[in-house]
Amino acid sequence: MSISAAPAQRSLNYKPGLLRNRLSRLLTILMGLFAGISVLPLVLVLIYVLLKGGRSISLSLFTQLPPPPGLEGGGIGNAILGTFVVTAIAAAIAVPVGVGGGVYLAEYAKGRGFSQFVRFGNDVLAGVPSIIAGVFIYGIIVATRLLFGQSYSAIAGGMALAVLMLPTVIKTTDEGLKLVPAELRWGALGVGASKFVTVIRITLPTAFPPIATGVVLALARAAGETAPLIFTALFSPFWPEGILAPIATMSVLIYNFAIMPYEAQNELAWAASFVLVLLILAANLFARWLGRFANR
Amino acid sequence: MTSASPQDSFTLRRRPASEKLLDIGFRQLTTALASMVALILIGILLVVLFGSFESMRRYGLAFITTSSWNPVEDEYGAFTAIYGTLVSSLLSLLIAVPLGVGTAIFITENIIPLKVRQVIGVMVELLAAIPSVVLGLWAIFVMEPFLRPAFVWLHNSLGFIPLFGTMPLGPGMAPAVLILVVMILPIITAISRDSLNQVPPELRQAAYGVGTTRWGAILNVLLPAAVSGITGGVMLALGRAMGETMAVTMIIGNSNTFSWSLLAPANTIASLLANQFGEADGSQVSSLMYAAFILMVLTLIVNIFARWLVKRLSLRY
Repeated sequence: MSISAAPAQRSLNYKPGLLRNRLSRLLTILMGLFAGISVLPLVLVLIYVLLKGGRSISLSLFTQLPPPPGLEGGGIGNAILGTFVVTAIAAAIAVPVGVGGGVYLAEYAKGRGFSQFVRFGNDVLAGVPSIIAGVFIYGIIVATRLLFGQSYSAIAGGMALAVLMLPTVIKTTDEGLKLVPAELRWGALGVGASKFVTVIRITLPTAFPPIATGVVLALARAAGETAPLIFTALFSPFWPEGILAPIATMSVLIYNFAIMPYEAQNELAWAASFVLVLLILAANLFARWLGRFANR
Repeated sequence: MTSASPQDSFTLRRRPASEKLLDIGFRQLTTALASMVALILIGILLVVLFGSFESMRRYGLAFITTSSWNPVEDEYGAFTAIYGTLVSSLLSLLIAVPLGVGTAIFITENIIPLKVRQVIGVMVELLAAIPSVVLGLWAIFVMEPFLRPAFVWLHNSLGFIPLFGTMPLGPGMAPAVLILVVMILPIITAISRDSLNQVPPELRQAAYGVGTTRWGAILNVLLPAAVSGITGGVMLALGRAMGETMAVTMIIGNSNTFSWSLLAPANTIASLLANQFGEADGSQVSSLMYAAFILMVLTLIVNIFARWLVKRLSLRY
């Protein structure tokens, strides 16, 4: 049996009728179906939120307080403001701490012992359920009334969200700084800059876009978080009374009003979802743009 | 001074003491900030552990195996919630893994144009950005009413199996599982996609070179090569599913009565916490802390195992 003789009449062309080719096509179609099913919820949720929530968008939605249970009208002005307040508190805590920690990991850590533990701890913290962050802040701030004798407060809510933001900020800072070419650091150190000046003036500004991307994504996630807020920031039907009082947020408002048996409250929950989803999608697209901007 | 002598140009700048101090101080500051992570992690463990002491001493391990939750009589057992946490997250994994890995294959293989693939990829990632509470709202008002006829049909035709033994009356385990699928799909898809993308193109080319079909290459070469990353992603998704709170709380029914039926209202540890922490006091807080401790331990085990798995099985090409 010579090599040239046996497959003489066998063509190498693609034969669609073969079992394996049919099977392959079938599986491809099946995966396409899976991809469709995966995208479907997003499309459905977006359509519903846009249609149901968009209907009740008006100026009063942004300027008025929610009505008492069962009554019509009103708005979610206090919750919108509250979401910004709580998220700002979270950012004010998580961004400096996270960027500082990231700088340590990228610029000073030697890759063993303590720094390895911090990296590992950061990964573990990222996996801690958000409600546990709420339990933690409840345990140390709310239950003990540590802050000026206050229990539930906006600042407690912000701290719980900061715990959730921290791992993302540290991770993105660490990875953003690692992308900065070592030559830049050598150059700065070579012309006589101190390590501090090198980090502050050269490496951090160079890594700004990826760090900002991470911070924006973390903020968007924090703004949508609910679980840690329901027993730290609690809720308030009134305008924010400072950061030491309970505060309304859009996410908690959605939760509270969704499970109320009143039509008007349910409508407000949809309206709040509309505002929240648009805000978060805008933040995500902005982060995406920032990321592309960085790659240029 | 216009002409520097050779000595001058080679003298190193003298570093003032303040600059050195600043350098050292900055280093110590960043070290302190980095250790915040460790402090918070240890803090969480301590707070939850100390908070649950009272309940631990009173119930011991019986807390895990009994399922009465009665704040009036001050009797607590978390079996229903623990069972609900495990069943809801495992069932949702069962559905989400094929869907997520399938989607990842679909958007990494050269099946459809790059633009369409990118759009699908972005859409799945945006799905991850939708707040859990909004998905819960959607589940209450849109998904569950839409699916209820299907659940009723399941009960009517398969009701003799205990899993479908109760009449679906709205919220319950089954819709909660489905909304969990929606929530963990993006994680599985994103991580599977990244792992598949990291498989060296030479492997794929070699597989095609010996004449395999597309699925021959995917099943025999690409998936085995990417299995570590995918498994890690699945474990991370499991951790997320166990800790997921809002959407589940809104749709699972929050019943502390144990039932085998997937169509009956159930509970998870996270939704137990979300529901009761706000107005809990006394020994109820301690019992909730105990439940939180169990959840914490469960998710820690899953997460650490996931990291270990990824490290252990990472690509060796």
